[in-house]
Amino acid sequence: MTISSEEPELRALMLAGLGGDEASHKSLLKKLSTYLRAYFKGQLARISRSPLDAEDLVQETLIALHTRRHTYDRSQPLTPWVSAIARYRLVDYLRRTKAAKMDVPVEEAEGVFAVDDVSAVDSGLDLTKLLAQLTPKMRQAIQFVKLDGLSVSEAAARSGMSQSAVKVSVHRGLRALSLLVRERSPS
Amino acid sequence: MNTDELINFLGTNIEPVKSGQLRNTLLGSLAVGAVAALCLMLVILGEPDEAFGGGHLGLKFLGLVFTLGLVIAGTSYLLRAARPGTPGRRPLVVLGLLFFALLSAGAITLVLSHPVVWGEMVFGPQWAACLICIPLFAIAPFASLIWALRKEAPTYPAWTGAVAGLVAGALGGAALTLHHSAGSIPFILLWYGGPIVVCTVVGAILGPRLLRW
Repeated sequence: MTISSEEPELRALMLAGLGGDEASHKSLLKKLSTYLRAYFKGQLARISRSPLDAEDLVQETLIALHTRRHTYDRSQPLTPWVSAIARYRLVDYLRRTKAAKMDVPVEEAEGVFAVDDVSAVDSGLDLTKLLAQLTPKMRQAIQFVKLDGLSVSEAAARSGMSQSAVKVSVHRGLRALSLLVRERSPS
Repeated sequence: MNTDELINFLGTNIEPVKSGQLRNTLLGSLAVGAVAALCLMLVILGEPDEAFGGGHLGLKFLGLVFTLGLVIAGTSYLLRAARPGTPGRRPLVVLGLLFFALLSAGAITLVLSHPVVWGEMVFGPQWAACLICIPLFAIAPFASLIWALRKEAPTYPAWTGAVAGLVAGALGGAALTLHHSAGSIPFILLWYGGPIVVCTVVGAILGPRLLRW
């Protein structure tokens, strides 16, 4: 699959996901994860780094794609947006892990959609540990809504928070998670 | 953690995203910053003596066109820079042109006037006020713009920080212009443009630290 053949489908999934469609959003993240995996493995191999870190990068990027999805301009194609985020995550990762200074060329970002790699593996990310670092309110809201799959109104009833407080806590909790992922100690 | 688990986690019970969200956040922070700069100007300098009268109406107008032009072009750059993969540095060209136009106008003014008055034109009254007040007025708009940009996803943090600094500096300059006009075009160039450039450089330095995500 290449960028030209997949773009319309990926974009349709993204637009549906922005509209609140859960199945489309999951399907989009699933499809993108295969491209991201191949991209990061290739980039890490190019600089003789362990491809084991690729899965961490895939997951960091998926979290970024999800928590920053409001930055996608609906009138634009999707792939440049995904590529720019993947490249930014890679550069940030290399800087963070004190890699030998290497420049990830901008045109390589097109390479995000060159090949796909479906073999999902485990990463060094531990969701339970990360969640433990959130405030109790955020942790509870995320537990109910994202892990137990309760609706916002059910979560509100069970936790005694208002519905909007639940929504805000989930939103802020995910943003906090995305920062924790970046700052976590190397596994 | 398995990637499929993460996807399931992220994709469960998602909220719809409003389409104007990024734009509203950024423009809202700009408005808050502008109001804060204006209030600080009124607190520190008091009410404008001349308001919109006085002999320098043309220069006041010119100062506002220059500073607000920078604000508009800079904001349009920030709206793009906040979105990953959005091409377009055209607003940066507009920023350059605004400075170039003022530079040309300043040079022409100097050439047309007698060298004896050059010193007076360049070091007109209250140049020190510009040097101190513009960066001071820029602090609040800069903070509110950075606060908004941190919610977005700028992939060029140094450029984004620089333009945020420039927009904040230009808002500070606009606030000062509302209080009292500059005495000449070279004065605007040096004592308004200069501090705005300083704000831009500070923004470029702080950008990579403040805008990481």
